[in-house]
Amino acid sequence: MSKQITAWLQAAPIGFVLLAFLVAPIVMIVIVSFWGATEYSIYPAFQFDNYEFLFGSPVTYTVFFNTFKYAFITWAFTLVIGFTVAYFLAFEVRSLKWQVALFLLCTIPFWTSNIIRMISWIPFLGRNGLANSTLMSWGVIDEPLEWLLFSDFSVILAFVHLYTLFMVVPIFNSMMRIDRSLIEAARDNGANGWQTLRHVIIPLCKPGIMIGTIFVTTLVMGDFITVRFMSGSQRANVGRLISNDINLLQYPSASATAVVLLVTVLIVIALFLRLVDIRKEL
Amino acid sequence: MERRSRSFYVLAGFFTLFVLFLYGPILTIGILSFQGPQGGLTFPMNGVSLHWFRDLFQEQAVGDIWGSFRRSFALGLMVMVTTVIVSVLGGLAFRKRFKGASVLFYLAIASLVIPSILISLGVGLIFNQLGFPVHWATSGFGSQLTWTLPFGLLIMFAVFNRFDKSYEEAARDQGATAWQTFAHVVLPIIAPSLLGVALFGFTLSYDEFARTLLTAGSYNTLPLEIFGMTTNVTTPVIFALGTLTTIFSFCIIGVFFLAVWLMSRRRDKGSDAGKGMV
Repeated sequence: MSKQITAWLQAAPIGFVLLAFLVAPIVMIVIVSFWGATEYSIYPAFQFDNYEFLFGSPVTYTVFFNTFKYAFITWAFTLVIGFTVAYFLAFEVRSLKWQVALFLLCTIPFWTSNIIRMISWIPFLGRNGLANSTLMSWGVIDEPLEWLLFSDFSVILAFVHLYTLFMVVPIFNSMMRIDRSLIEAARDNGANGWQTLRHVIIPLCKPGIMIGTIFVTTLVMGDFITVRFMSGSQRANVGRLISNDINLLQYPSASATAVVLLVTVLIVIALFLRLVDIRKEL
Repeated sequence: MERRSRSFYVLAGFFTLFVLFLYGPILTIGILSFQGPQGGLTFPMNGVSLHWFRDLFQEQAVGDIWGSFRRSFALGLMVMVTTVIVSVLGGLAFRKRFKGASVLFYLAIASLVIPSILISLGVGLIFNQLGFPVHWATSGFGSQLTWTLPFGLLIMFAVFNRFDKSYEEAARDQGATAWQTFAHVVLPIIAPSLLGVALFGFTLSYDEFARTLLTAGSYNTLPLEIFGMTTNVTTPVIFALGTLTTIFSFCIIGVFFLAVWLMSRRRDKGSDAGKGMV
């Protein structure tokens, strides 16, 4: 049997799954986005009503703006936190055993339910929560802060809590591959810690940073459950727009929004991918 | 012990805060799930009891928790086994640099980054239009694979990139067939990493919410059930459920690490195969 044919046979299962459950659904969404809907049913058509409505509504622009806002702020926080944590693990912790142990410590919460992790903020941020009662007992505030829970603040906090790991892992991976003699060379040439970080470590971590960035931004942009849950349904992003339409069984309209979201996400990723070749990173 | 710089202590402090940030909320609901019968969703604790755990086991007023747990568990196992087998096959295929490899690679990446709700919506629509009923074991299963397979494939890339080909050559030189080389040389070396893939497959599936939302059909999986509870349950019973599922996740992780540890102990020293695990 030729090598090519064996390879194709081996690649066939994953190829099939991706065709059936990734490509076909997206084609379906694009098709349905041109369909029409009555209150009770959807019918095949080729009309631009859904898009016209979508682009004609000021809500759309607000919601897209919100989506980008969440993605950008979350990205900034996860990047700074993720980079610092990865840096500590890769460069300051010196024994491999401790590196592995501390790294695992960070990844374990990732393996519990996202929804449970969201719920777990309620006793912290609620009106009578830990944060408010602590601040009041310290005399910092006189009455509970209302914006702690069900606000942009809590949404972004939850995002950072859920997704920082997606930044830590690729950056840590990049850092572990940096040849330690390069850092020594920088020091020998008289660079201080800050200069080494700026001119040696950060440039060499760029692929890891980009991969983390792609993960975090796409996860946040497509999210609908965190926004709904942590904002107490008071805020919206594109994901929620879609899920609301779905709940109302307005599939064509949901599909049109989904297509716009998809195009947006793909443009964002295409921009990121111009900056880094991820295949080299594996 | 060499002297540590000041930056070490600053960063160690930062790291500690990060770990507290990660674990704090979960620990809080762990503690609060032991509220007394009169207790609410926040501190202060109103007595200490196992009331809410008992509630979870006895009352079924809040839905079908145990049914959904069984379904999630079964689905997790299905996804786990499929993910391991299909990712290994995919990984082997990519070693041979076949035509179309880069298309498949980008599809896999796309599968990771495309918002879950699109998969959910699309698969739901297709099943609907074809007249197939959506069910967790068919449409839900397929949707989850679009998330676990790319992860598995990426891990396999990492594993095979670090794989020393001279082992295979040695096996071939001694007259082993392709299958024997795979079964007796490659597989034992990559086995610990496969446990990593299995762990990913199971836990990603077990927690997956967005991709199963429109594809699970009338029988909920556990994350869907929990989500349902968040909207209508206002007692610590939901914390009790959170605590139990978290403990369960930890047990699963524990079992996997134990298996990895046992396997690496049984093996001869000198191989670095297990280190490819993410």
